[in-house]
Amino acid sequence: MTWLRLSLANLTLSPVTSAVNVILMALGTASIVLVLLAATQLSETLTRDARGIDLVLGAQGSPVQLVLSSVYHADIPPGNIPLAEAERWAEDARVRVAIPLSLGDSFFGFRIVGTTPSYAEIYAAELSEGTFWQQPMQAVIGSAVATTTNLRSGAQFAGVHGLGDSGHSHEATPYTVTGVLQPTGTVLDRLILTSLDSVWDLHSHDDQTPRDEGLRSAVSAEAEREPGDAPTDQRGDNTQDHEHDHDHADDQDHSYDHAHEHSDDGANDDHDHEHHQGDDDAAPGHHNGDGNKDDQEQGDEHAHDHADHDHAKREITAMLIRYQSPLAAMTLPRDVNADGTLQAAAPAMEISRILRLVGVGVDGLRAFSAILILTAALSVFAALYSSLRARRSDLAMLRCLGATRWELLICLLLEGLLLSAMGIALGFAVGHGAIEMLGNWLEATRGVSLTGWTWIAAETYLLFGLLCVSIIAAAIPAYQAYRTDVARTLAEDR
Amino acid sequence: MSSPFALDIEKLRFGYGRQDIVNLSKLQLQRDRSLAVIGPSGCGKTTFLHLLAGLIRPTAGTVKVLDQDLSALSDGQLDRFRGQRIGLVFQRFHLLPALTVMENVLLAQRLARVTKDSARIDMLFERLGITELARHKPYMLSQGQAQRVAIARALVHGPELVMADEPTSALDDRRATQALDLLHDSAKAIGASLLVVTHDQRVRGRLDQEFDMGTPQ
Repeated sequence: MTWLRLSLANLTLSPVTSAVNVILMALGTASIVLVLLAATQLSETLTRDARGIDLVLGAQGSPVQLVLSSVYHADIPPGNIPLAEAERWAEDARVRVAIPLSLGDSFFGFRIVGTTPSYAEIYAAELSEGTFWQQPMQAVIGSAVATTTNLRSGAQFAGVHGLGDSGHSHEATPYTVTGVLQPTGTVLDRLILTSLDSVWDLHSHDDQTPRDEGLRSAVSAEAEREPGDAPTDQRGDNTQDHEHDHDHADDQDHSYDHAHEHSDDGANDDHDHEHHQGDDDAAPGHHNGDGNKDDQEQGDEHAHDHADHDHAKREITAMLIRYQSPLAAMTLPRDVNADGTLQAAAPAMEISRILRLVGVGVDGLRAFSAILILTAALSVFAALYSSLRARRSDLAMLRCLGATRWELLICLLLEGLLLSAMGIALGFAVGHGAIEMLGNWLEATRGVSLTGWTWIAAETYLLFGLLCVSIIAAAIPAYQAYRTDVARTLAEDR
Repeated sequence: MSSPFALDIEKLRFGYGRQDIVNLSKLQLQRDRSLAVIGPSGCGKTTFLHLLAGLIRPTAGTVKVLDQDLSALSDGQLDRFRGQRIGLVFQRFHLLPALTVMENVLLAQRLARVTKDSARIDMLFERLGITELARHKPYMLSQGQAQRVAIARALVHGPELVMADEPTSALDDRRATQALDLLHDSAKAIGASLLVVTHDQRVRGRLDQEFDMGTPQ
């Protein structure tokens, strides 16, 4: 027989009251755990995903939107920027690394990102299988993409415009998976990486396709071409381009033609590969995007001129910049913005802005949770206090049996702590379970990763704080028990 | 050399303000003997018992219980002394409702800081006829059963002095006799002295000694 057993037994005397107290404490704890875990993991995710990216160059508009779309892939981009203009800044002495991004398509909701392999290096990503792309229409997929879609090296898939499944599908020009990345715990896990040329090529074939939710951003020079311009095909096959200048009404037929020609024209395919190999070898941020090599091999100088013209007209969605030195942060964003053509947005600054905005809501939720916990603590106090009055003679009898004042105090404190601890334990379990379920849902619908299988430092402090609150709630009844006047109680109870 | 007295009281006074509730010049009870303190309601019998149990401290005088001057003990020491060397039985028993019969008895053994003695518990339960009730909660017991459990609880740690407050007051003649015999025999079986405080005149002549507390003050 121990004090713990006695305290537990006492709690069973009023099971409904005890259950209500446990539930109240559990609700308060769960809500504050939920807020803590969500806010912390969101902040960590934002910081982790932006690590290694000092600046984002993109179209003018909202800097938050630019960062959300280009760093977190969680928003539509504000627009496109001329590749040449982005490259001009990429060659600036203050820039150490510049990585171009072209967005616009997706597969199963996972964004297809036209970029260079350097993009994966930002996140220290390594391949779990296969290789990086060697030519256009080859792709490397993130770990979450592989898990969700079951795609493996060698598999083919067709992207669609935009982020939904309802966009125009590029069934005729499927991607081939060449590699799968190891999990990084970053946004990269949910991306499909390919060469810039893949995006440009793909959209050069269906330049008549309406922009899907503004996401069709990797617009090739061909797409921007004036009606009178001579078409330029990277394969040097002008007729090919005409075949892909299609209306949506006859998408299917064109797709068929397109696939047919690709499969039949083995020479062109080989030729293409060489050309794009050259493109992909270009240094990050110095992607020349040219079709010159192709054209020279064809001996077509006219096409060469057009390729230069294409490069000048090519657009990307954004350019991710890493500074040569921290001092660049003082001048480069200011210079880019002053130039007027592009917008420079620093992810760190935008993250803190987002977190400040989110923080207002988080603070509100925390305050609400604190009120819930306070209510639970008051309820524990009321329950103990009322049970104390009903059990005064029991406490007096305990003293007669040899219990000291301190033992009675500990007995009551234990009762309060047990009630609270059960509620707190239940609250932590519910909070973590809810975050896990919320995380699963967000992962599937928003690409935001949250997990309940974690323990953050703030939870330790919360646990300590909750136990302190519980002790305080039990302290007054416990002190009353300590001060029990045994003789008077027994005399009154005769 | 230990004193031959279980109780040795001298010039004991207790009261509030100028009014004495207990005023007793001398009273002694030899070890292994039994004593009935009899008096009408309100004469201070229960207060007297509380003084002997160390639940309250006297205004003046000396109370030696089992050769221990209670005034020399601190509150904590008094609690331990009471738990280890005295067994108390009250009119309303005060069994803890959250615990079973067995747990009530075990708790007394634990509070007396003695090692759990299952053989002693079995012997007591058998003697008192409550073996079958070990897993019962107090609300499941009749008054007689509850009283026997209360006696078992008072004796389980082997006290040297058993004190009972009005153990027969609410009982009919037959049950009062049974209860008193049970207390007396049980205390005797473990070699403990017995003090019964009561206004019940049926107790007269049944114990070794009697002390009349007189009229109410």
